[in-house]
Amino acid sequence: MQNDLPANSKPLKERTSKAERRALQEAQRAAKAAAKAEGSKLPATTSGAVASANVKPTKATKPSSQKNDSATVASSEKKGGDRPPEKDRKKDAPHPRMQYDDKSRVEKAKRRAVVKQTEARNRVELFRHLPQYEHGTQLPDLESKFFQLDPVHPVVYKVGLQYISGDISGGNARCIAMLQAFQEAIKDYSTPDEKTLTRDLTAKINSYVSFLNECRPLSISMGNAIRFLKNRIAKLPLTLSESEAKAFLQSDIEQFISEKIILADKVIVKHAVTKIRDGDVLLTHGSSSAVEMILLHAHELGKQFRVVIVDSRPKLEGQLLLRRLVGKGLSCTYANINAVSYIMHEVTRVFLGASSVLSNGTVYSRVGTACVAMVAHEFRVPVLVCCEAYKFHERVQLDSICSNELGDPDAISKVPGREDINYLDGCTNSENLQLLNLIYDATPSDYVSMIVTDYGMVPPTSVPVIVREYCRDQVWI
Amino acid sequence: MSELAVGNIVRRVLHIIREEDHSNTRDAVEGFRLSVGGDNDYIVEQDHLNLSVAAQSSLCRPSLHALLERSPDSATTYFTATTEDDSEEKRKSLDPNARSLEFRRKVISAVNDLIEDINTCHLVIAELAVEHIHHNEVILTFGRSRTVKEFLCAAKEKKRSFGLFVAEGAPKYQGHLLAKELAARGLQTTVITDSAVFAMISRVNMVIVGVHAVMANGGVIGPVGLNMVALAARKHAVPFVVVTGTHKLCPLYPNNPEVSLNEMRSPSEVLSFEEFSDCMDYRIGTGAPQLHVGNPSFDYVPPELVSLFITDIGGYYPSYMYRLIADYYSSDDLVIQQKPAS
Repeated sequence: MQNDLPANSKPLKERTSKAERRALQEAQRAAKAAAKAEGSKLPATTSGAVASANVKPTKATKPSSQKNDSATVASSEKKGGDRPPEKDRKKDAPHPRMQYDDKSRVEKAKRRAVVKQTEARNRVELFRHLPQYEHGTQLPDLESKFFQLDPVHPVVYKVGLQYISGDISGGNARCIAMLQAFQEAIKDYSTPDEKTLTRDLTAKINSYVSFLNECRPLSISMGNAIRFLKNRIAKLPLTLSESEAKAFLQSDIEQFISEKIILADKVIVKHAVTKIRDGDVLLTHGSSSAVEMILLHAHELGKQFRVVIVDSRPKLEGQLLLRRLVGKGLSCTYANINAVSYIMHEVTRVFLGASSVLSNGTVYSRVGTACVAMVAHEFRVPVLVCCEAYKFHERVQLDSICSNELGDPDAISKVPGREDINYLDGCTNSENLQLLNLIYDATPSDYVSMIVTDYGMVPPTSVPVIVREYCRDQVWI
Repeated sequence: MSELAVGNIVRRVLHIIREEDHSNTRDAVEGFRLSVGGDNDYIVEQDHLNLSVAAQSSLCRPSLHALLERSPDSATTYFTATTEDDSEEKRKSLDPNARSLEFRRKVISAVNDLIEDINTCHLVIAELAVEHIHHNEVILTFGRSRTVKEFLCAAKEKKRSFGLFVAEGAPKYQGHLLAKELAARGLQTTVITDSAVFAMISRVNMVIVGVHAVMANGGVIGPVGLNMVALAARKHAVPFVVVTGTHKLCPLYPNNPEVSLNEMRSPSEVLSFEEFSDCMDYRIGTGAPQLHVGNPSFDYVPPELVSLFITDIGGYYPSYMYRLIADYYSSDDLVIQQKPAS
């Protein structure tokens, strides 16, 4: 069972059987471990493959896409021997993500970091496993380094800066911006001598990803897109020339964006609009691109309905949505999330967006969504979550604490526009007082009536089925 | 209709006056029974008259105004029954003006007691803190309440160490102030936004809040957002404890409380006028404004969501609160009539 080159034995897009694909991944992992260890092509043992899989987590601190690194690293496409499928099943369980209270791993990650982060001094104990840095220190530092072009491509750098400043926010927007930046980077890429395109390009993409992660932790949609890209790189046949390979990858990214995001949104809008009737009062929380499209499309179709926008601090994203909807002529009501019990009496449907839907049906979305869904459930109002299928993930999560993102604590102490409320000015460094700014929360599946995806309208229990059939092993139909 | 405590206190005072009058009447009737045993015809006749007047006054009570402004005429003759009793006789033979003054003095001292109770209720409640808060607990509170502050500080004084989450309570943001005060007193405090309450409540042992008013069915009127917190607490089986003085107990039943017992504040606290002034002018086809902003200031929490009331007279279950009403309020006062202008 040596690793021999396949002489054009399989065209790139052929659907191989599961066992063969797993065997392929095993062999690739083994080859990578071997290449790293000795530089000679020896078949690595199973333990060697496992060791290489464990080395990878420290290389790139990507909490959400970590667990599928084992499936995507490839030095070249080699057909390995027949590993029994049972051994592969064990490695299908996701790798645990990097926990930031593990000091040795944090140290290693810091050494590789491009962005110099200072850790926040006043950390909430409950969230020690999540990264928390001093905000406000990164942006000027990074801006000054903009013209030192190594090691990060300027387009990727720009996108990272936009993430930090909050100019780009929202799952779809961030994902599209990142993929387009990668397209540019691939266009400008040229393989150095004595390196293979796939291996080197993958390493470069990894470094870009870790840079973006340091700017702002990756969202789950971005993690899935990265997994897709790396898998495409891995599957490139060796016989392609460099320019052909690059063109191939660029068109793949283009196809991903247009199919998985843009077309998916159109399908979601088409499905969800059927659920809106004349005289409805629709409630939404924050600003979700999918929900906005649904409301605008329904308005264009001439349906008569009212919209209630519930907003929450500190981001107050609902105000942007409000402005856009009122500009298009919808009649809107705006309220703070505290008033949701007051407003819910007159609401007929609740539409929510999601950053991701996890495999136990939990909806992972902007903080406050869980409160809205809970109150809607209490008042017997149906809750519809609109989420593209590429955002689904195999992970499971029970509450909002296991995995989350911590934002800038100063955003809580400052209340914009209300100068009389400045009790907490200068208190961020008091030793007994901490400010907690959560970005996401997890809504339990019993509060969700239906999830509208591009695969149709499904109950929350169908999410792991979709993940398994359509998203596993990167069979992106 | 929003400041229910005012109505409560008015009713309390009325109740005090009625109680005082009732105890006076009771004493007078007691005195009759002693004196009716006499054989004197004249006395019997006088007594019958007095008894009937007393009965009349206890059945259809004179108005409170009349009680306080008692003029020395027939209405007071029942005090002049002639017998040989000792202190009763002395009292009865007092000059009516002095009697009225005596009555008023008693009422005033009872009202002073009431004022004292209201001022010190949070101290009494705070003494109960030690029973409910233990080591290494995590407590969540919402907005700012002086009673809650004293409650928590009392537990801290007794060397119980616990962590605290304070939800800021938009749009007043009183939670910020409370957090600052408690951190200054040495409590480990974390400020969270209201939207994060569901996320954090899974790690919380108890929710302690202060409220604006307690209704007769055990439901509470609290700062806006409290219903959300109570629902989240029920979902996670976290006890929802309300600390309140008895002066907040209102004898009314909440009918449609979101509208009738609510107060709408200025929308500028929620949405700034400068940024949205252009949107304010948009109109839909019928001429109605296109943009509404809602800013209620109170929230109603039904009694099923409240686990416990801690008051200055002890801890109670919500379904018991209606009994306390009988102690503190008279049924005549529940609906305060508008006097017809005559």
